[in-house]
Amino acid sequence: MDWQAFVLTLKLATLVAALLAVMGVPIAYWITFSRWRWKFVAEAVVMLPIVLPPTVLGFYLLVALGSRSPLGRWWQALTGHTLAFTFTGLVIGSVIYSLPFAVQPFAASFAAVDPKLLAASSTLGVAGLGTFFRVILPLSTPGLVTGVVLSFAHTMGEFGVVLMIGGNIPGVTRTVSIDIYDQVQASNYAAANHTALLLLLICFVVLSSVYALNRRAWVPLPWK
Amino acid sequence: MGAAAVEMRHSQADQSAPSSAASRSDPPATLLARVRKSLIRPGRAFLLDVDFDAPPGITILFGASGAGKTTLLECLAGLTQPDEGRIVIEELVLFDSESRANMPAWRRQIGYVFQELALFPHLTVEKNIQYGLQEIHRPKQQSRADSILETFRIEQLRHRRPAEISGGERQRVALARALVRDPQLLLLDEPLAAMDAATKAHILDDLRAWNEAHRIPILYVTHSREEVFALGERVIVLENGRVAARGTPHEVINAPRQESVAQLVGFENIFDASVISAHENRGTMTCGLARSSVELETPLLRAGIGSSLRVGIRAGDILLATEQPRGLSARNILPGKVISLTQHDVIVTAQIDCGVVMHVHLTLAARDSLQLANGREAWLVIKTHSCHLMTR
Repeated sequence: MDWQAFVLTLKLATLVAALLAVMGVPIAYWITFSRWRWKFVAEAVVMLPIVLPPTVLGFYLLVALGSRSPLGRWWQALTGHTLAFTFTGLVIGSVIYSLPFAVQPFAASFAAVDPKLLAASSTLGVAGLGTFFRVILPLSTPGLVTGVVLSFAHTMGEFGVVLMIGGNIPGVTRTVSIDIYDQVQASNYAAANHTALLLLLICFVVLSSVYALNRRAWVPLPWK
Repeated sequence: MGAAAVEMRHSQADQSAPSSAASRSDPPATLLARVRKSLIRPGRAFLLDVDFDAPPGITILFGASGAGKTTLLECLAGLTQPDEGRIVIEELVLFDSESRANMPAWRRQIGYVFQELALFPHLTVEKNIQYGLQEIHRPKQQSRADSILETFRIEQLRHRRPAEISGGERQRVALARALVRDPQLLLLDEPLAAMDAATKAHILDDLRAWNEAHRIPILYVTHSREEVFALGERVIVLENGRVAARGTPHEVINAPRQESVAQLVGFENIFDASVISAHENRGTMTCGLARSSVELETPLLRAGIGSSLRVGIRAGDILLATEQPRGLSARNILPGKVISLTQHDVIVTAQIDCGVVMHVHLTLAARDSLQLANGREAWLVIKTHSCHLMTR
């Protein structure tokens, strides 16, 4: 078993979930409450990774992060190497790839907060951000947990994007799903099965423990 | 927004800071409001266009649903922006379309109790009440919350969440949460609609006691006649976005001058009539109902013989007898026949044809003991003063 790939995958998924928890909240807040008329365009862009084939997304990310794009050149001038085929590049790609899995549940739970509570908050002298931290966020805990877990699990299992922008460098960009693919290519079915089974178990345990927690989190809101 | 308006908002913020409001000792302030707001409601355009004032004390906003009561409250609270108008509490400008001043809702010192109450479900009763006191430092926050919890008799609930207390208790918490900030204006949107009579009376007593001490304008939205009489110093009747009538409850509801108001306040029977004769010395007159030979003795009104009027009679004010009654003080006894009986909840409405069709309310027990059925002969008994006259 390739433990290195396991550790790398866990590291990647944790980092991406953490980044999305931080970045996803303001994006979801804006998507839920903005009255900008072109908001639907932004909403579509955020949701694109759900419907786009990972290879398409991976291809454009590779182009954007490569040494021929302005972003890639800027990064190369700054650090001396390109973003493509590095762990940082993998994190950037995975954040974009998993964005809708965080933003969608966040936005849904923000939107589900009774607008009367927001009105009540403002008549009690509390303005926008105060209301967000004191009313919207606490009432959205289940959605926040769901979003973080979904983006974690989704990153754990991603394959196409990783392969396109990360390649298959052991210890740097070789994740579990690529490892499994390699084993199968080498007709090494027993090893592939061991790794796959372990991944399956981890994902199942993570998801079921989170849903169990979430179920308890609903109890203080029986009138919702 | 111009520089002048920005400056104005600054000075308002200073005046309206809760800390200064806490030690407020200035004389009671009157609300002056002129509000125009058009809304697109499904199927039709709706225009709210009102101009009124509310001195300290309770002013009832009375009207059917859809009359614009809630929209008006939202404009006052700053939750909705009027198209045009001016909202002022004494010197303090909350909204003025001319100078483009619009104080945001969170800066206005207005208490608002929503119909749905909108208590924060994740906070305890105590935290709900302290929610609006964040600008005040801790110990003072605690003492103010404590005193309002005591005023509304909910100290024992302080650590419970809204889902764990009764409906009446939630009403008290919502009132306390709005009042603890010492607002300059209190808006109550049918806050007691779902309460039983005893709970309602208790909460109203507490509210009245609080208001004795604070004397701020309170706008109280309701469509219940009982609440109008229980509370009212003044009533404003809203109809289709406009002020249809105003005055004391007695003036507005017992002697409606406009038919629309009459329907609003519950005259199930309204007939065209004309004056046949006046009996000045007895304070009554006789009116004939149009398209029938029915004559009613009514209170005297300054109206010439032959002039046309409208008569309103509440279905609950009419007595029904199955034998011709004798020896009654009531002056109007009309023979007729039962043409239909319909039951709503525990009230039976009988339609009686006595030349005109009258609606009469009965209890279930009365229907059963009189063995009422369609086609049965019946006599209607109507007191002179149950006939309310309106000009056409």
